[in-house]
Amino acid sequence: METGLSILIGLFFTVSVYLMLSKELVRMLLGIAILGNAVNLLIFTAGRLTREVPPLIPEDLYTPAVQTANPLPQALVLTAIVISFSFLAFLLVLAFRAYQELGTDDANEMRVAEPADEQAPPQGY
Amino acid sequence: MAGSSVSVDISQAMAVAPVSAGDWLIVAPSILTLLGGSLCLMTRKNTQAQPKIGLIFMVLLVAANIGLLARVLDKGVITMVMGNWLPPFGIAFTADALGVTLSTIASIVALCAAIYGSATIDNTGRRYGFYPFLLLLMTGVSGAFLTGDVFNLYVWFEVLLISSYGLLVLGNDRPQLDGSVKYGILNLIGTNLFLIATGLLYGMFGTLNMADLATKVAALENGASGTLATIAALYLLAFAMKAAAFPVNFWLPASYHTPNIVVSAVFAGLLTKVGVYALIRVFVLILPGSRAYMADLIALVAMGTMLSGAMGALAQGEVRRILGYLVIAGIGSMLAGVAVGSTLAISGAIFYAVHSIIVMTALYMAAGVMMLMGGSYRLRELGGLYQASPAFAAVFLVLGFAVSGLPPFSGFWPKVMLVDAALGDGRNWLAGVILLSGFLTTLAVGRIWIFAFWRGGPEGTADGTSTVRISPIGQLGSASFWLPIGILTALVVYFGLQPEWMLQVVSRGASGVVEPLGYVRSVFGGL
Repeated sequence: METGLSILIGLFFTVSVYLMLSKELVRMLLGIAILGNAVNLLIFTAGRLTREVPPLIPEDLYTPAVQTANPLPQALVLTAIVISFSFLAFLLVLAFRAYQELGTDDANEMRVAEPADEQAPPQGY
Repeated sequence: MAGSSVSVDISQAMAVAPVSAGDWLIVAPSILTLLGGSLCLMTRKNTQAQPKIGLIFMVLLVAANIGLLARVLDKGVITMVMGNWLPPFGIAFTADALGVTLSTIASIVALCAAIYGSATIDNTGRRYGFYPFLLLLMTGVSGAFLTGDVFNLYVWFEVLLISSYGLLVLGNDRPQLDGSVKYGILNLIGTNLFLIATGLLYGMFGTLNMADLATKVAALENGASGTLATIAALYLLAFAMKAAAFPVNFWLPASYHTPNIVVSAVFAGLLTKVGVYALIRVFVLILPGSRAYMADLIALVAMGTMLSGAMGALAQGEVRRILGYLVIAGIGSMLAGVAVGSTLAISGAIFYAVHSIIVMTALYMAAGVMMLMGGSYRLRELGGLYQASPAFAAVFLVLGFAVSGLPPFSGFWPKVMLVDAALGDGRNWLAGVILLSGFLTTLAVGRIWIFAFWRGGPEGTADGTSTVRISPIGQLGSASFWLPIGILTALVVYFGLQPEWMLQVVSRGASGVVEPLGYVRSVFGGL
């Protein structure tokens, strides 16, 4: 199962890098969404993958009787999902506002903060 | 993988002794700011109460940090675990001299920003949440400095990041939206890289507790250095993006000059230094072998950062953008310390971080006053400020000397330590570039001073005549401007003239991460 998921993660990374190299904001954000999912799957796979055994400890033991899925990466992934989802939501709103105000979603044309025709600094002292 | 193969005595993992009252101080900075931020949010339409609540909680934050600093300097590293679960199972908060020093200085800077903001943030800015965002930003900053768990560090990074987005777009101008998009996307990618490295680290060691990792990585010898080097390279890229190191620094000059000047001041002081702090923590404490392996690469990055920052500053004609590049140049000096990696070098890097937090915030605040007096941020349109206020000109000159590393101000000592450490390590080029970047910074700051303060009027007016545009200092009579700049300048002068105390503290911080025995003992209780 790890092999399959590893290939999937690699695929996700490839797609996300391709999308993030684009200059359109929406594509970049889609790339970031996929990157977030790739990272979550990676953490999940880096823990232990076991099927159909609940991580329950019998009453008289300190450790589980058989090998079970590791619950910690699932907790980590849960945190990471919440965070990356909220950030994506914020960035989508931000990109939409930027599109409304600047009239473009092309990163190369966003030159308001750093105008291309800026005055040179004073020469000499 | 830890877990099934390693036998753990779980009965030992439940702590029974309650946390001693003094150790609650470790979480006090995060909890106080979280409370204050929530309170500000609840009363966000009451624009008169906002600055008061903000100031009260900032003062409490400074007090809590000073208490914690005194306790750490007295007792050594202290640890608190959540929910009475012993590490590595519970999430540990560990306060050592490095983290507490930075968090104390950060809280002083944030208090100054809260005072300054009470004069420069208008009612709209208050209603849209300047104070809640500032307090929650400090929640993230304090948490990042005091946590003892890598995943927890990621969470605090996100807390400070989302608050910083809020502060950055506060005001909703077109340049702000443009700058925020770049800042936001780049920082989110950096965070994801951080998370990738953390996931791989967890897969390799089965733990994310920093002390546990330090022990396990040291026990690994050179067995799997290839995988570790990959993880370390990912961390380097992620934290370099956060800290705005060359060549991933272009988002900083694109965004830091867009928001309200007090927001720029807080960002310039704090955010990049959290990245440097994380780099020191991860590379020196957890992965010392990989740091030594990549020392040449880090040294190259440091030299590129220093030179690109200082030369970028020379090529700008706008005060805030010059300062943005100076932030980058300072980051390079701290990276130089990480590249060398000896106790002296790390002490120098920490001292430089302390100095840079104070001086960059003060410079941005001074730029805000220059704007109010001269009506512009452009060097061509400024002039005659010395006639308007010789005292303010002197303060700016002090800050300029400090940021360039000239004696007798706070930038001098860390530079001496870094140059000394680099020469001692045989890295003469690195030492030379540190000195060269100091020289170029002097030129850049000198140009601001000569054009904005020394000459009589803006470009186009006869030299020696003041123009109507200069508002005399009297109109800026509010103490909200002068108190924060005064406090920060006083610190700059104090650390320059009396560096002994700070030198002691930073060398304790540095030896604590270079030889982490005390850190590990504190977390695992006398291993």
